[in-house]
Amino acid sequence: MKRDGVEIRWHGRGGQGAKTACLLLADVAFNSGKYVQGFPEYGPERMGAPITAYNRIMDRPCNVHSNIYFPDYVAVVDETLLKTVDVTSGIKEGGALVVNTSKSPDEIRKMLPEDYKESVYCIDAQKVSMETIGKNFPNTPMLAAVVKVSRVIDEQQFIHDMRESFEHKFATKPQVIEGNMKALQVAMKEIVAG
Amino acid sequence: MAIRDRLSGNEAIATAMRQINPDVMGAFPITPSTEIPQYFSGYIANGKVDTVFVPVESEHGAMSTCIGASAAGARAVTATSSAGLAFMWELLYVAASMRLPITMAVVNRALTGPININCDHSDSMGARDSGWLQIYAETNQEAYDNFIQGVLISEECRLPIMICQDGFITSHGVSNIELIEDEKVKEFVGEYEPENYLLNAENPLAVGPYGISPYYMEVKRKQAQAMKDSMPVIMDVAKKFYDMTGRKYGFFEEYKMDDAEVAIVVIGSSAGTGKEAVDRLRAEGQKVGLIKLRVFRPFPRIPLAEAMCKVKAVAVMDRAESFSNSGGPLFNECRSSLYDLDNKPYCINYIYGLGGRDIQVEDFYEIYKDLFVIYENDDPGDVYRYMGVRDSRFL
Repeated sequence: MKRDGVEIRWHGRGGQGAKTACLLLADVAFNSGKYVQGFPEYGPERMGAPITAYNRIMDRPCNVHSNIYFPDYVAVVDETLLKTVDVTSGIKEGGALVVNTSKSPDEIRKMLPEDYKESVYCIDAQKVSMETIGKNFPNTPMLAAVVKVSRVIDEQQFIHDMRESFEHKFATKPQVIEGNMKALQVAMKEIVAG
Repeated sequence: MAIRDRLSGNEAIATAMRQINPDVMGAFPITPSTEIPQYFSGYIANGKVDTVFVPVESEHGAMSTCIGASAAGARAVTATSSAGLAFMWELLYVAASMRLPITMAVVNRALTGPININCDHSDSMGARDSGWLQIYAETNQEAYDNFIQGVLISEECRLPIMICQDGFITSHGVSNIELIEDEKVKEFVGEYEPENYLLNAENPLAVGPYGISPYYMEVKRKQAQAMKDSMPVIMDVAKKFYDMTGRKYGFFEEYKMDDAEVAIVVIGSSAGTGKEAVDRLRAEGQKVGLIKLRVFRPFPRIPLAEAMCKVKAVAVMDRAESFSNSGGPLFNECRSSLYDLDNKPYCINYIYGLGGRDIQVEDFYEIYKDLFVIYENDDPGDVYRYMGVRDSRFL
């Protein structure tokens, strides 16, 4: 892949919203004028099974339709996947891993292959979600963390666009909008680099 | 002004259907095309269309609904995939022989054995002899554009049409798209006014009677003629579509073929990945090209053969096996089309991408490399090959 865009791989479990976060990221990048791809890779369809989703965010139309093997950034929505999936596989030099966890980046790094040398970012997306939304929806804080780390969109623009997106998405339950907005802002503050 | 949006391929098809506002949709859900009737039934519930939606018990029922509706004089649509298409098999031939212009979105998925939900073309390739027109898309944009054109092509030819796109890869992949304004689509497809139809009390007729031997063959010959006559219709509709949108369509797209020495012929989303390989190899000075086949039925034998003759060696890529022990369906038709021509290129086959096996830019490098070897050694080697099989013992 030419370095004229950003490629992101998401790891999650069916039902956790990794695909939704991936599609939301495509949405907000689209709103900022980019060419985007957001697509899931499905294995057997069942709740809890590992799923992968991908984003390409570029300044030119994107022809490639394969999966992403050499991502700039990887987001792990479920920490338990670190034991079974090689989430760091192919991460480019200068890239980063973003994990939903209550652990520190140092603790997470010990769980990764020794040859992984790029950055590790941790965000306790479950805690942020419980405190702001009142339920465990880790994908909203994870999305904010990925935007913060990847810088694919200007943060202010992102916050502005997400309000519009939530107002549209939650048109029938507007009471959840503020909690979700708060989740984005808190996640951007609480993410820990290592 | 076109409407800039980002949609999945399934959303794009559902949007096209909303804009077309067909009379009847018969549908039964199957992955990965389920979202199409799902979104569309939302448009019905919200009063965006006045289509009669018939939620049937099976795909056999869905196609039967479309056949009944179309014979009655209605514009009918449906969507399916894989085993769903297989379950329609009997009715596919009925629709085609009754010359009913049904527009069907096919979201390509592997046929079961072993069960698999991911993309290959075994479903629609299996239906290639059913008498349906078949158009394939590389992107969500093309799926949308093809569906809108498909309605007109089908009605003008009085042949049913499959508008195919790659399961999950484009059906569930969200990317940029330019939509056409509702009123422009409405004007483009117009009102469906069939010449003969069951609900026309002025001119009663029977449809689908027994075809005794003295007549059966003439019916088939007429279907074959209709397939032949669809060639100019496809181009006329493409011209009309170009005038509306500025987006150009033909039987196939030639990508950097003018001075190419070797080329790949491919259908569907993989063509995009192949184009990226072409761009990168061209940047290194390698003269490679690509032909993306859009229309598989009718098979554009003569123009495609001429395009392939621009190069010295061609690799034809099949995302379906035919277990003939002599290559996939696209390969056999491509290779056969070259037979009468002088200066024909070497023509080899790769079976790839079965059951969602991913194909990457680097895989295309390998194929182009193989083609240069063939060209330089003047020897095609084994023409029936596989790309992307994990275990070399199976090669």
